[in-house]
Amino acid sequence: MGKGTGDVKLLGAWRSPYAVRVNIALNLKSVDYEFQTENLATGSKSELLIKSNPVHKKIPVLLHGGKPICESLIIVQYIDEVWSDGPSILPSDPYDRAVARFWAAYVDDKFYTAVKGIVVANGEEAKAAAVKVLKDGLVLLEEAFLKSSAGEGKPFFGGDEIGYLDIALGSFLSWFKVTEKSFNVKLLEEAATPRLVSWADSFYKHRAVKDELPDTDKLFELAQNVIFPHIQAAAAAK
Amino acid sequence: MGKGDVKLLGTWPSPFVTRVKIALKLKSVDYEYQEENLGSKSELLIKSNPVYKKIPVLLHGGKPICESLIIVQYIDEAWTDIGSSILPCDPYDRAVARFWAAYVDDKIFPTIRGLGMAKGEEAKAAVVKELKDGLVLLEEALLKSSGKAKPFFGGDEIGYLDIAFGSLLAWFKVMEKYFNVKLLEEATTPRLVSWADSFCKHRAVKDELPDTHKLFELAQNVMFPRWQAAAATN
Repeated sequence: MGKGTGDVKLLGAWRSPYAVRVNIALNLKSVDYEFQTENLATGSKSELLIKSNPVHKKIPVLLHGGKPICESLIIVQYIDEVWSDGPSILPSDPYDRAVARFWAAYVDDKFYTAVKGIVVANGEEAKAAAVKVLKDGLVLLEEAFLKSSAGEGKPFFGGDEIGYLDIALGSFLSWFKVTEKSFNVKLLEEAATPRLVSWADSFYKHRAVKDELPDTDKLFELAQNVIFPHIQAAAAAK
Repeated sequence: MGKGDVKLLGTWPSPFVTRVKIALKLKSVDYEYQEENLGSKSELLIKSNPVYKKIPVLLHGGKPICESLIIVQYIDEAWTDIGSSILPCDPYDRAVARFWAAYVDDKIFPTIRGLGMAKGEEAKAAVVKELKDGLVLLEEALLKSSGKAKPFFGGDEIGYLDIAFGSLLAWFKVMEKYFNVKLLEEATTPRLVSWADSFCKHRAVKDELPDTHKLFELAQNVMFPRWQAAAATN
């Protein structure tokens, strides 16, 4: 299959950390692609999205030669396997791959729910408890980082280059910043997770990342005005 | 590498542990099995999976690998020269297999407990319908991936999605018996019915699935009452 622009299309949205993972992976592999922004309000999803992901109707969806691939981490692995001549996203050693997959799954299991917990928390105590959940998770990742690359002086979980776990976790960084600002809390901080703080800085500056992570001010506006109220309303309705 | 190098921590009723057992059997890997008591977890389990403290955990050369589907992929990659490939070779087919395996974990598996916790006939019927709708999607996926001629999602041989989904079959049989419902049936999912039959007879599967009678006893005496009690306090 040709690897020209016409062949690769991403249905995504700048605000979605899951979609951003795919943008980053495609950039890392220097893949030309067409980007279609999806309107995430219900009832406004494109026909192409609904047809390509009938099961979940969610972004991101990667279309390669017209064939859809869904679920952000599955797409990232697909990109790694198809464009195998670019920098490797998953490590080459099977054990290291299992470790990277474990922590990426951990990020998916815990972090969205943890951020949401902060957003819907009623009162200072509940908020502090929710913040602790997220920070405890970040400490685990700090330790994992120290055990692997950081212990060897490498800047990323993937070593010298960003890899699978960098992409899985790093895609949440703008949301962490926005949550910190909105709720006046600290999530990533020197005292608790110093290596992750410098990792985040390096990640933001990476060539494959810097144009993809949403501008914090722009995301803050959207979060304050639309997303957080929506999440809070949904929680109150239960 | 010898048998001492590979150790599986598990419990006999767990479909997640069954996945790993099948994968190890498929790759002809000798291993030591340690049955865990989840009410009194071993030090080794807690040390090997400090984040979740859950089974299965595979220990290879002392290094722990956690999460059943991650373990299955690890087995496929570490014993890559032995037996057939668990994941398909083509990247697109791999993505499809991973998608449906994730679907099984996200949507199919939780309905076992959902059915156990449902209060009243209407709620139960709703869970059964949701489950059966999901099974129809898997029926379509089977048709698309293996066509009319092949017995398994993986083709002629069982693969990743067969293992991910098939590991639930003993629990499906228990649920059908306990709740007097039909989940996999000719009328709605004919391909899956014959797939299930072929899967359970497969050489790498037949000795690894928990005994249905023993599982039914456990479900009836322990699991379902526990889930129903949990539902009552919600």
